[in-house]
Amino acid sequence: MKVAGLVLATALALAVQSSIGRYVGSAAGLDLVLIVVVYSALTFGPVSGLLSGTIAGLVQDAMSTGIIGVGGLAKTVVGFAIGIVGTQFIVEHPLPRFVVFFGASLLHAVLFIGVYAVLGARDFGDPYRRIALPAAINAMVGLLVFKVVDSLPGAEERRHASTRMRR
Amino acid sequence: MALVNLRLRSGYLFLALMFGHIILISAQVNSQQGVPVLESVIFGLFSEVQRGTASGITGVQRLWNGYVWLRGVRAENEQLKQQLEATMVELQQQRTLAERSHRLERLLDLRERASLTTAAAEVIASAATPEFQSVSIDKGEDDGVGRDMAVIAADGVVGRVVIPSARNAKVQLIIDRNAAAGAIIERSRAQGVAVGTGERLLRLEYVSEVADVAEGDVVVSSGLDRIYPKGFVIGRVTKVDPSGTAYRSILVEPAVDFTSLEDVLVVLTPNPQRAAEGFSSAVSKEKRP
Repeated sequence: MKVAGLVLATALALAVQSSIGRYVGSAAGLDLVLIVVVYSALTFGPVSGLLSGTIAGLVQDAMSTGIIGVGGLAKTVVGFAIGIVGTQFIVEHPLPRFVVFFGASLLHAVLFIGVYAVLGARDFGDPYRRIALPAAINAMVGLLVFKVVDSLPGAEERRHASTRMRR
Repeated sequence: MALVNLRLRSGYLFLALMFGHIILISAQVNSQQGVPVLESVIFGLFSEVQRGTASGITGVQRLWNGYVWLRGVRAENEQLKQQLEATMVELQQQRTLAERSHRLERLLDLRERASLTTAAAEVIASAATPEFQSVSIDKGEDDGVGRDMAVIAADGVVGRVVIPSARNAKVQLIIDRNAAAGAIIERSRAQGVAVGTGERLLRLEYVSEVADVAEGDVVVSSGLDRIYPKGFVIGRVTKVDPSGTAYRSILVEPAVDFTSLEDVLVVLTPNPQRAAEGFSSAVSKEKRP
């Protein structure tokens, strides 16, 4: 059930990402798939985080024109790291969640741009502008996603189940 | 003990996945030729999802515009207002149809003037990753679309096909950081290379310091890259700076508005350099204010 939900959420994020990109452009750097990965890592722990990061990242890579595996690697590390953070700290209030999403976006951007820079396969121009603003946008949208999911029926039961799963 | 085992297991899994990613990346970096099979297969599968999403969004839009919205308006208005609203909706639909017909007429006109074999395609989705500037179109190998075929629109050059699947294709836009096209200043015939910046504008590189380039000049494809047919409008020069080296620093605004791109033509002609001379002047005259 959890796996099906994650696959569905990832597919939906990819579909929405590639649909809204036509209208708002990619300048904002919003990465809905990364948000799903961070959400799954925080909710279900490091194993779910790294598995969802791997699958979502690889599919996203295949849908793009870049090297397959770079996004997968970045999202795997982010999913695993955020999963560990979720087991060690209480991340249930807006401010810590914002910090986690912001940090996850920063880490993802550093890894993604870093691997491309090491391989010399792509130049990202001014990396600071390409990292900071998208990180803030992803953090805000991530908070919104948590808010929406928390407001859905059965949120309390899901929270207890995910706490047991993380431990 | 069980907790330690669990942590250990997830650590091993993490290391295994990282190793897998590194192998995967290395394999691609070592062999740059052709499209990786995995990429092609996953794109082929997921582009069907994109196609479905595009149809779903269109369906919801139609449902909203044609039923829910009208119903809400009906409930608030009297009989005369209902008729007026219905007429206005019909008028809007007609206007949309007229606009679409106009767009298709321009594409048809472009196809005839360019004397190229082309396939008309519709844009069904944009890039799945914000770092890449690409779109998916609803024509693929079944329609004769292949890798490195040029994609154009009525306004000018759009990009090139990078991943064709059976029924869809991924098009790298000319504004992508990894995109480039042989370019020429139409007025002075100064040559250069139009390079994507990943943003809204293009950079025109390798234009000599002594070349005659001015703001407002039309930049067209030179055909030297053997991808884009000669004479298609790439954009208009917006800024010229002496860069202090042997080359000038020139910014070009693309002729195509990529945020509202809907219909395109894929150039199926094997050697696009056969495009008729003089086509560029016809297109650029049309675009001049």
